[in-house]
Amino acid sequence: MNITVLYFASLADKSHKGSEPLTLETGTSLTELYGSLQNRYQFRQQPAELRVAINDEFASWDEAIKDGDTIAFIPPVAGG
Amino acid sequence: MDSQTDLDTANQPHQQASSISHSVEEAYQIAQTQGFALLDKAIDEQRLKNFLQDEQCGALATFEGLVRNHNNDSKVTRLTYYGYEKLAINQGKLIIEEAKRLFDIENAVAIHRIGALEIGDMAVWIGVSSKHRYPAFDACRWILDTIKADIPVWKQEYYQDEPSKWLSNNG
Repeated sequence: MNITVLYFASLADKSHKGSEPLTLETGTSLTELYGSLQNRYQFRQQPAELRVAINDEFASWDEAIKDGDTIAFIPPVAGG
Repeated sequence: MDSQTDLDTANQPHQQASSISHSVEEAYQIAQTQGFALLDKAIDEQRLKNFLQDEQCGALATFEGLVRNHNNDSKVTRLTYYGYEKLAINQGKLIIEEAKRLFDIENAVAIHRIGALEIGDMAVWIGVSSKHRYPAFDACRWILDTIKADIPVWKQEYYQDEPSKWLSNNG
């Protein structure tokens, strides 16, 4: 599956990226995806501290990743 | 590498998130038709008030969120807001729609600013119009609380005597 991952705030700091294209094995879960990115970039947050968005809408962690998806892991927000 | 290149490289992961992809005019159109938008310039509150004006409405409640000069004991010198624009617009639309279901209001609009802000700058503006006063107050407060909970905007605060920090609404 070809996807795009978006990085924000502290995740963008750690990865030094705003986004990147990735190729995943079909059936890779969001938890598995985050796990491998966490290892690669030494993200400090655990999944429980993050929300996840798929294609510009909030999603649940158990949603399936599809080819062409844009995925973002959302650190705790600070607007308002 | 010289220091400017270092700065450019350091800023690059956040570049897209510190400015909007729409024009200013498009952003106001989105806010007016869907209820919420991000802006990377000073918010024109008069424009938004004019938009909400309605002869049926006896009440207009507004909120201005301003950058203040301290955070607990730390002296804040400036801050930068970053946003996930598309998710913010989508989620903001849901928030305004929900506010209209929950409260007896005629209309509501909110804009959150992103980019570099100085002390005293307006970070967020919310306006609600209703026939009578209590729904306007209540909806305005609810919209603010829900923006703070759900809109994907992040704040990096810079201090007089300490390194900068990413803040969270959770503390």
